[in-house]
Amino acid sequence: MTIRSSLFPRMARLGAPLVAVALLATPAAAKGSGMKIQEVTSPGGIKAWLVESHANPLIAMRFAFRGGASQDGPGNEGVAYFVTAMMDEGAGDLDSEAFQEREQELAMRMDFDAGRDVMLGSLQTLTENKDKVFDVLRLAMAEPRFDQDALERVRAQILAGLKFDENDPETVASIAWDKLAFHNHPYGRPVKGTMQSVAAITADDLHDYVRRVFARDKLVISVVGDIDAEELGKALDKIFGDLPAKSELTAVPDASPTLGPKREVIVMDVPQSVAQFGLRGIKRHDDDFIPAYVLNYIVGGGGFSSRLMEEVREKRGLAYSVYSNIYPYQHGAVFVGNVATKNEAVGRSLAVIQEELKRMAEQGPSEEDLKSAKAYLTGAYALRFESSTSIASQLLWIQIEDLGIDYVKKRNDLVEAVTMDDIKRVAKRMLEPDHLLTTIVGKPVEPAATARQGTPG
Amino acid sequence: MSLAAVAAEKAPSEHVREFTLANGLDVVVIPDHRAPVVTQMVWYKAGAADEPPGSSGIAHFLEHLMFKGTDKIPTGQFSKIIAKNGGEDNAFTNHDVTAYFQRVAADRLPTVMAMEADRMVNLRLTSEDVKTERDVILEERRSRVDNDPGSLLQEQMMAALYRNHPYGIPIIGWEHEMKKLSREDALAFYHRFYAPENAILIVAGDVEPGEVRALAENTFGKIPSHGPHIKRARPQEPEHDAPVTVTMEDPRAGRTTVQRYYVVPSYPSAKPGEAEAIDLLMRIAAHGATSRIYKRLVVEQKVAASAGGWYTDSGLDSGRAGFYAIAGSAHTAEDLEKAIDGVIAELRNKGVTQAELDRARAAHIAEFIYNADSITRMARQYGWRLAAGMSVEDVEEWPDRLKQVTVDDIRAVARKYLIENDSVTGILTPAPEYTSSIGDKPAAQAAGNGKS
Repeated sequence: MTIRSSLFPRMARLGAPLVAVALLATPAAAKGSGMKIQEVTSPGGIKAWLVESHANPLIAMRFAFRGGASQDGPGNEGVAYFVTAMMDEGAGDLDSEAFQEREQELAMRMDFDAGRDVMLGSLQTLTENKDKVFDVLRLAMAEPRFDQDALERVRAQILAGLKFDENDPETVASIAWDKLAFHNHPYGRPVKGTMQSVAAITADDLHDYVRRVFARDKLVISVVGDIDAEELGKALDKIFGDLPAKSELTAVPDASPTLGPKREVIVMDVPQSVAQFGLRGIKRHDDDFIPAYVLNYIVGGGGFSSRLMEEVREKRGLAYSVYSNIYPYQHGAVFVGNVATKNEAVGRSLAVIQEELKRMAEQGPSEEDLKSAKAYLTGAYALRFESSTSIASQLLWIQIEDLGIDYVKKRNDLVEAVTMDDIKRVAKRMLEPDHLLTTIVGKPVEPAATARQGTPG
Repeated sequence: MSLAAVAAEKAPSEHVREFTLANGLDVVVIPDHRAPVVTQMVWYKAGAADEPPGSSGIAHFLEHLMFKGTDKIPTGQFSKIIAKNGGEDNAFTNHDVTAYFQRVAADRLPTVMAMEADRMVNLRLTSEDVKTERDVILEERRSRVDNDPGSLLQEQMMAALYRNHPYGIPIIGWEHEMKKLSREDALAFYHRFYAPENAILIVAGDVEPGEVRALAENTFGKIPSHGPHIKRARPQEPEHDAPVTVTMEDPRAGRTTVQRYYVVPSYPSAKPGEAEAIDLLMRIAAHGATSRIYKRLVVEQKVAASAGGWYTDSGLDSGRAGFYAIAGSAHTAEDLEKAIDGVIAELRNKGVTQAELDRARAAHIAEFIYNADSITRMARQYGWRLAAGMSVEDVEEWPDRLKQVTVDDIRAVARKYLIENDSVTGILTPAPEYTSSIGDKPAAQAAGNGKS
């Protein structure tokens, strides 16, 4: 192939002034790609979403069992996380060393991760090794060994990790915040467990978790790459067919996060304090979720385009990072933000943040802010479908959140449909600065000043 | 400045096109039409190791200031305009390179390329911008380094490892020098290094090479070359006559940790074949649960809760091999150090087995294939190598070169480079008098499981 030098029609835009170019209509990619999602049902009745792509000799699979860390009982927290760390420590005839060497020989990537509501799995393989790799994954889930020596080794690693976490301001602030917001609800417990709970976890606990959670009725799967529907159907039966048909999940009650104002300071000898602040959020199937998602982008989700970044970092240089997110957990949503700032400036940073949340709740954003947010969110949606692994991940979450196989096509229209009235309504509903829950880890030096600004704690 | 013809043109592979504009800008295009998106990266061959003495942190500070504005882009609008185009952007600085990148829908490439070209030469900075952003980088230093004893130790170890070469100076800068960085310092660095002939443009994704060439000629192509040759004059490292040990006590340390760094060749600085052998050596020695250090320290001797290592392979002047071990609850730094010494001695004396080499090689080659799944990772992979003076062929032939490495080659590089005098040992211990003021605070969901 030779290099062509023809000018494409899109070149015509080049002469325009940059800033004018910036506000053109939706990028072409946002209007949807030709990606075709097939719903595959295996001969044994296991369903998966598949995007076939034979461009690279690779297959990416993501799957999830509903019932994540929230299945850990009180005093037994950390079991789900412990399971994830044990999944490559031996199964069937293979002890941990043999299992890990097998993984390396096959150049496979297998990972498990415990979310609050779901146990997540991911697998990547080269096409040439797929059958052997699928068998290793089957073995890991159907016949985990949880041998005592491996268990003790992994326990020591988790305990060492917890020891480091005790001294990591961001982690400490986050755990304290969850506890403040969710109390005794499973969401208030740390996913990785505590020193005491991890010390007490046994192989029986792990086997029990796998038996209850790794089951076919709570399973969703997405696959992207070099495999067709028929072959995938057979593979699904092979990989997941040995698992129990029915899960035995403990019912998780709905949570109702605490209303502030509350402020907790945890003293740690560090030059920079880390604060986590937050409020009740909006759940995924609430009609206000999409407006809340757009609002969060404007407030603190949008990097340099966000209001908090503008006020805290760009105008005042108070912090390197400040951001917010909505976590729409299945049984209770929260809106949570973070800021890290030198001890002398914590009070000032939090006051600026609170003021901005208040202003947003009272006045809403500008038309320009809303327009820019929609332009980003719709335009950037295509960026999430760049690689097999990222596509598989997107399709998995659409299934976990039960949004429907046509969601990829609908999603940008949902964002476009958000009006200023929606945003203002949701801002009033979600951003209640008088109810902020805040945890601060460090040596903040302005507690008096912050108290005067109306946030007792 | 007229639009000159393309000076050089190569098609070294079926995946990648490469050409050079008349002003010296190297352009690499990696077409991939699976998704209607592109990644644009501009890599400047200038990093923290090119800073004038006393101005540590200026390369990174300039990277921040590059987002401020130009005559065409009002202050603070750069990233906002990218976002309004549905794009994401960011940048990073290391000792050898500074890179800026955007991910956008393919039809927005003309916009982002025009913006990137514009700020190559038209940066405008006010004193106020500079002052506020200096506070931001000081906060960044507190986040990345001062709040984390592990990072503080690393900083001290790097300073000990490089007695003379600027790799010993932290990329983010020493705090006392960062506080004095000025608008003039930033502009001086900018004018010295930011020029078309000192940069590489990489565009990966849903584009054709001809399209990129036309766009590049219309944007970057209009920038005159710098003129005088841009020289990177760095003090080089002398022979080392003794090993160094750095010891830190910090109540925040959590667990006793021992680290060992060696100065070794990097891909750009190595003799042919040596970097590949070191790369495989370090995978066998220190990557994951099948590695030597993990097997010896964690599984067999049970002195460490976790152990591993890494190879920093892209430095222009040298690379580093590193090992670490985190003590279990009952072991000391001396136990760990002795155990690490044992692993090194075994590698030097007995080398590795053919089975270990075969597994490591298969995993490395697979990673190369896995990388092809992401256009962003592809752009990065080529960027690192090309910015360090390597070629597209070097990148593409890497799997073939790995296939030539033998167990003898691996033992040879272990003997030649894992030597005491080129090492620094870092020991971090929790201060014994420490009693936690936060009580039994548990840990977060975010951290990994500590296996690697």
